[in-house]
Amino acid sequence: MLALLSDQPLLAALSALLGLGAIFGALLGFAAIRFRVEGNPISDQINAILPQTQCGQCGYPGCRPYSEAIADGDAINKCPPGGEETIQALADLLDVEPQPLDAEHGIEKEPVVAWIREDECIGCTKCIQACPVDAILGAAKVMHTVIADECTGCDLCIEPCPVDCIDLIPRKEGIGFWHWPLPEDRAPRFDIIATDTLARDAA
Amino acid sequence: MRQIHDIHGGIHPPERKALSRPGELEPAPLPPVLVLPLRQHLGVPALPIVNVGDRVLGGQTIAEAQGVMSVPVHAPTSGTVTAIEARSIAHASGLQDQCIVIETDGQHEWLSFTGITEWRALDAAALVEHVRAAGVAGMGGAGFPTAVKLNPGPTRPIETLLVNGTECEPYITADDTLMQCQADELIEGAQILAHIVSAESILIGIEDNKPDAIASVEAAIARSGAEIELATFPTKYPSGGEKQIIEILTGHQVPSGGIPADIGLVCVNPGTAVAAKRAIIDGVPLTHRIVTLTGEALASPQNVTACLGTPITALLTHAGLNAAPQQRIIHGGPMMGFAVSDLNAPITKITNCLLAPTPTELPLPEPAKPCIRCGHCAEACPASLLPQQLYWYARAKDQEQLAEHRLFDCIECGACAYVCPSQIPLVQYYRAAKGQIRDSEQEKRRSDNSRERFEARQVRLETEAAEREAKRAARKAAAQSKAAEDGADPIQAAIERAKARKAEQASEPEQTP
Repeated sequence: MLALLSDQPLLAALSALLGLGAIFGALLGFAAIRFRVEGNPISDQINAILPQTQCGQCGYPGCRPYSEAIADGDAINKCPPGGEETIQALADLLDVEPQPLDAEHGIEKEPVVAWIREDECIGCTKCIQACPVDAILGAAKVMHTVIADECTGCDLCIEPCPVDCIDLIPRKEGIGFWHWPLPEDRAPRFDIIATDTLARDAA
Repeated sequence: MRQIHDIHGGIHPPERKALSRPGELEPAPLPPVLVLPLRQHLGVPALPIVNVGDRVLGGQTIAEAQGVMSVPVHAPTSGTVTAIEARSIAHASGLQDQCIVIETDGQHEWLSFTGITEWRALDAAALVEHVRAAGVAGMGGAGFPTAVKLNPGPTRPIETLLVNGTECEPYITADDTLMQCQADELIEGAQILAHIVSAESILIGIEDNKPDAIASVEAAIARSGAEIELATFPTKYPSGGEKQIIEILTGHQVPSGGIPADIGLVCVNPGTAVAAKRAIIDGVPLTHRIVTLTGEALASPQNVTACLGTPITALLTHAGLNAAPQQRIIHGGPMMGFAVSDLNAPITKITNCLLAPTPTELPLPEPAKPCIRCGHCAEACPASLLPQQLYWYARAKDQEQLAEHRLFDCIECGACAYVCPSQIPLVQYYRAAKGQIRDSEQEKRRSDNSRERFEARQVRLETEAAEREAKRAARKAAAQSKAAEDGADPIQAAIERAKARKAEQASEPEQTP
């Protein structure tokens, strides 16, 4: 056998390569099973960035399905509650170009919470079943109420309500939520550089 | 003699302190209406415990603290509660906040108070409770609840109680006046606070531009016979920052993100010490404070003792405001204060100064020019930060780099903006960036919470579905085993029943409709 191999250098090289391939293949195969990562780490990271309103405006039933879709290559600009900030964070994470928010899925709005007009509530429990984060409290035929701190403002409870007694009210109102704006947001600034001919031509 | 250390940076703006004649103190006239905001401090607003139409007496608690980070509010004189509603308050946002409105009756009827003269016999917890009930919040400008400050916890032993009599901001002389007129109360208050935090020594720091206050406090220390150290140091802005005065007097720096208690100090404003003395020895809650009314637009700049809740306009009229068109009124000093948008807003526990400058005295800032990277701001920064880098990162909203460059160590003193040759409103950028970072941290907490709840709900729905499925399977199995016991095949029986029905239908004649 050895004599045959030494006589046939082509055969020797081929068998050596095949042998190496078999050994490393077995090693990789073992590692893939032994060190298998549960779940999809990239979709977990994406999910951590998404705002978790669970509103479904992106077309997926919740933030986790959308994060899995992004991991599989879907567009990153379908989340109106997250807005520009979320798109920027996703673009940084996935190393892609940030895109403007896809208006087909909605526009960025101020954060809101659901508010049940309690006098009008008939206690049908339909909103309780619709709430993705269990933020509505109540039982059949008794008044329901929203736990404002837990509500994500997803508006999924609005549609099922048979008596239209749920409003969405701004979440961040009052002096406690105020902070200084950037000076340039207060007064418009014009930072056109004189040598920037492209900008001038465009104007 | 204590060794005095120097801090990095700092500036020497014109002091303009003589304008308001420090050392003379007059009571301000009682206004017909007092507006008392429920949030005069840092933290959770107080909860009103009076109703519209109630008659209240001076010193009566009209709103009580909600939780630890909160401070009660007391009526500064007798009168009737006419409204509990949102009113303009002195705040940079110009927004309204909940206030209790009292129509004063001029009777000055007060509750009777009993003080504690034997306070040394009481333990810290009981004394802190009195301080909290008296509504004392830091009177230097931030309004931090004093009772919280006096409770640094067992892991942080306190060595020194530091009374910060620096008052380094131009124009303001409220603390200077207080140290001249109420020095004995200040010393007593400092002793009480030191007893509460079990500090071994008491240190009073005063900048050397206040010789009268230094003399008066020195005399009061001698009268009291207590062992209290008085340290004076050269005037420089912002030596009065808490972290700055500690470094000047001890040579130690408060760690980044830490509090003075981490290095064994508790630092209070002289006004807070006097308020604590009155809360304990006289049993009187905090209802008045000293306010500096100053600026060249006033005919008689002065220091007054005013009821909390007095409208700003009443005080300025008292001091003879000669308002120019578009007169700016600044709450606080010229470096760290803000312009008040509505002069009907009231003064609060944190109002140390109202500044009415003429347009030539404090001209409006020119439009900002581009940063030329001169680096003056970095030389002036008392916290040894890199203001120009923070400026770029704040504009780019790069939160990671802002944290890396220690944005939260910025004390917003305004020294960088003061020296900036391009007149860039640097501190506004930092305030905005801090707000944005706090906002996104809060949103992150919310979204993490929502995710947990959403996932818990998914799990619950799945287990419920699985349970239903299991029950169905169990019922089916039970039916099958029952049929097996009966000995007949239920499917066969059903087929036969169906066949019999069909045969019956076929034998019947068909009916036409």
